[in-house]
Amino acid sequence: MLIVTCIKQVPDTTQVKIDPETGTLIREGVPSIINPFDAHALEESLRLKEKYGFRVLALSMGPPSTEMTLRKALAVGADDAILLSDRAFGGADTLATSMVLAEAIRKISAQEEVALVICGKQTIDGDTAQVGPGIATRLGYSQLTSVDRVDEIDMRRKRITVRCKFEGRYEILESSLPAMVAVLREINRPRYPTVPLRIISQEAELKVWDNRSMQLSEDKIGLKGSATAVRRIFSPDREKGQILAGDEVNDPDQAARRLIEVLVSKNLISVQ
Amino acid sequence: MSSQVLLFSALFAIAVGFFLLSCYLRFSLVTIGKPDNRFNELGQRFSNMLLYAFGQKRVVTRSYLFGLNHAVFFWCFLILLIANTEFLLHGLFPASVSLSLLPDILYFTLTFIFDIVSFFALVAVLIALGRRLFVPPKYIDARTYDAFVILGLVATLMLAFFTLHGSEIALGEERAALYMPVSAFMGNFILARLPGGTLTALVTAAWWVHAVALLGFLDYLPYSKHMHILTSIPNCFFKSLEKVNTQPREEFHKGSAYGVGRVDQFRWKDLFDSFSCTECGRCNDNCPATRSGKSLNPRLVIHNIKENLLHNGRQIGKGLEPALPLIGTCREGCVTETDLWECTTCGACMEVCPVFIEHVPKIVGMRRNLVEMKSTFPGEVQSLFENMENRSNPWGIIPAERGKWVTETDVPPFEKNQTECLFYVGCTGAFDTRNKRNTLALTNIFNNAGISWGVLGKEEKCCGDSLRRLGNEYVFEQMAKENAALFQDLGVKKIVTQCPHCYNTLKNDYRQFGLNLDVSHYSEFILDLIKAGKIKLKASAGLGRVVYHDSCYLGRYNGVYDQPRELIKLSSGHTPLEMERHRQRSFCCGAGGGHMWMEENADTRINMERVRQALQQKPDTICVCCPYCVTMIEDGLTDLKVTDNIAVLDLSEVIQRALV
Repeated sequence: MLIVTCIKQVPDTTQVKIDPETGTLIREGVPSIINPFDAHALEESLRLKEKYGFRVLALSMGPPSTEMTLRKALAVGADDAILLSDRAFGGADTLATSMVLAEAIRKISAQEEVALVICGKQTIDGDTAQVGPGIATRLGYSQLTSVDRVDEIDMRRKRITVRCKFEGRYEILESSLPAMVAVLREINRPRYPTVPLRIISQEAELKVWDNRSMQLSEDKIGLKGSATAVRRIFSPDREKGQILAGDEVNDPDQAARRLIEVLVSKNLISVQ
Repeated sequence: MSSQVLLFSALFAIAVGFFLLSCYLRFSLVTIGKPDNRFNELGQRFSNMLLYAFGQKRVVTRSYLFGLNHAVFFWCFLILLIANTEFLLHGLFPASVSLSLLPDILYFTLTFIFDIVSFFALVAVLIALGRRLFVPPKYIDARTYDAFVILGLVATLMLAFFTLHGSEIALGEERAALYMPVSAFMGNFILARLPGGTLTALVTAAWWVHAVALLGFLDYLPYSKHMHILTSIPNCFFKSLEKVNTQPREEFHKGSAYGVGRVDQFRWKDLFDSFSCTECGRCNDNCPATRSGKSLNPRLVIHNIKENLLHNGRQIGKGLEPALPLIGTCREGCVTETDLWECTTCGACMEVCPVFIEHVPKIVGMRRNLVEMKSTFPGEVQSLFENMENRSNPWGIIPAERGKWVTETDVPPFEKNQTECLFYVGCTGAFDTRNKRNTLALTNIFNNAGISWGVLGKEEKCCGDSLRRLGNEYVFEQMAKENAALFQDLGVKKIVTQCPHCYNTLKNDYRQFGLNLDVSHYSEFILDLIKAGKIKLKASAGLGRVVYHDSCYLGRYNGVYDQPRELIKLSSGHTPLEMERHRQRSFCCGAGGGHMWMEENADTRINMERVRQALQQKPDTICVCCPYCVTMIEDGLTDLKVTDNIAVLDLSEVIQRALV
């Protein structure tokens, strides 16, 4: 039984700047990292592996450099990794991305039974939270989103119980397997890789699937298969910030009083 | 052959056989350790052995005057070794081996020496016994069974010696009676009134008591802490010829194990160290963790390694899995994880150990195992590890921000083939608001000197010190290699650092990566500039009473004690005040060994303890030489709610004030 963990390699957005001329992201020289939400998805997969004996497969769609991120997944304990990489997949929005990922999972499940697809809730570069549900819909899996705890998997009855965290309430949901689980960051704390696994992961053979092996219609993937397009990216203009300095900032009472004065003077709050 | 000789020969054979077997069984365990070349530079090694073992140089120190009693013991023991060898041989071959067969002058001289020395030994035993019973120091586990057995045995030996010779003198059978003052006193004043028959019986009884005690002592040795009698002299011979200020590299191959998770993963010298511990407790007396109430006890770490070796060594030698884990639960023979993480790697333990046990590399070795093999460490360390690996600084700040301070002042960039000296700023100096003040002070000083210097700005990377001390050797190695490539690429040859941790890492750790840089700490560098006439200082007033705190990585790790003091004197006009613990015995600020980035129990913080020590000197200024120390001492003053206006200044700021 397999858990497929979907991972995206993203630019470290805290280091990304927007080109004001072209309205696009300046990605040069910006290091790539594993999407932080996906690190939690991977950790949850590994914990379920340790508890129930699943195998964990890390799956990613991206340029060849994504290999580095998949090796990191192997270094923390994923058993296998597949990279979906083809120029034809490039420029995909969430619709086309979930299409490719779903088809890959369908292909994988022909070899080995897939019990769960675990995704991070969203990526830090796209922030859509659509790819996980998109995969589930295409595969006909039940979808469990905003999960902050996996309570139990009943292997015999093939059922999973999770807790979902929504604004102001929790929901305990039970579903049949296979299912797609999209996790929140608070679900766990990702582990730190051991050196022996790191070394093995450096030398491990990665499977790379391109569209020749996937055989997907070019209309359904990549830029062509995307229903949305980015028109412009921009940072909203904002007034220059102000630092309140002076001796009183070390005293909480005085600091608060000073802050209130400033906020009132700017008409941001009012005192009755 | 008389029955007495026969009986003694049998006893001798059994006792010596048992002793040799015990030694073989114990010392052969050391060979399961990993290789470590401690046989080079034999001349230097012999002189170390003479100075530290025979000269007892580290046993008797100003802080440990009681060590004098040990020195007396040691020398009495060596001299009486001759007497006791004669005693045993005489017992085996009464007719052919005896001191009394020597010419009078030699015989009288030797008997005189032995008599006096035995008396000294007896007095030393009584002093040691009195100390353990009535004034036991806190750092010694004073009233142990082991200590009393040995002191009892030595006392028995000496008393038997005097009874034996005293009785012979009383019987008029000793021709050297005039030259044996103590035995003669015993014979003439205490035993003289006894009838002849009793005296003869006493001679025989004392001889047998002496013989049995001596052989018993021999057999007991390998099973007690007094094994150090056999091991401490070679341990001084095998001591590291350089300061122990780095840890060995690891080789990362597929299928290997990393760090020390089993006792056979130590180097053989580490195992020999564990057999050399005398349980004197001086490491504990100087350990900042122990003294601030943590569970770490460096003496017990060494003791537990020994117990683990004794417990598992034979099994491991046979290729079997060890029964007792090395790192684990709180029981004899195991070192707990908590203890390992509490070490600040300040090196105070190694500095005072009379027999040069190397505690820190052992602790770091075990940390490596936890980090690299098991991925277990205090939770807060994980973000440090990730930040260092991904962003080359402890906080995870965007690397581009590292060069931000450069834009705030007049700093030349380091240019290949043009700039002579690289100022390696370090993470705290580049990112931390408080410590940027030191960086700016140094910038002023270097500009003032009119020398060729420059910085790497945002191209600079972290040196990786905290990772190495915390046992994350794998990532440290990546960072060291990156830095080595960067320095080689830019043709960097001369580096001055702000932080003693960068200093030690670039100077000592990076040598293992093929870098032989001329690295100096700014205190050395600036003093040289002053001596060369490039910087002029005018002593400025206003610092008041200045107390200086030695940074561990500058002082103990690299022997830089005088330069900062000299610079304070030149800058303030006064020699700085000294805390009780200073120079070699300085007390850690609490930030070393990765602790800058770790949590510490609020009740027992090391920095608060150090600040208390500083306050005893009633200072107006606490001058430090390390960005970590700046933070820790400032926080300590805040935590102790010290309301007096005490300034914490980095030495660079003190010098800057005095620039002409």
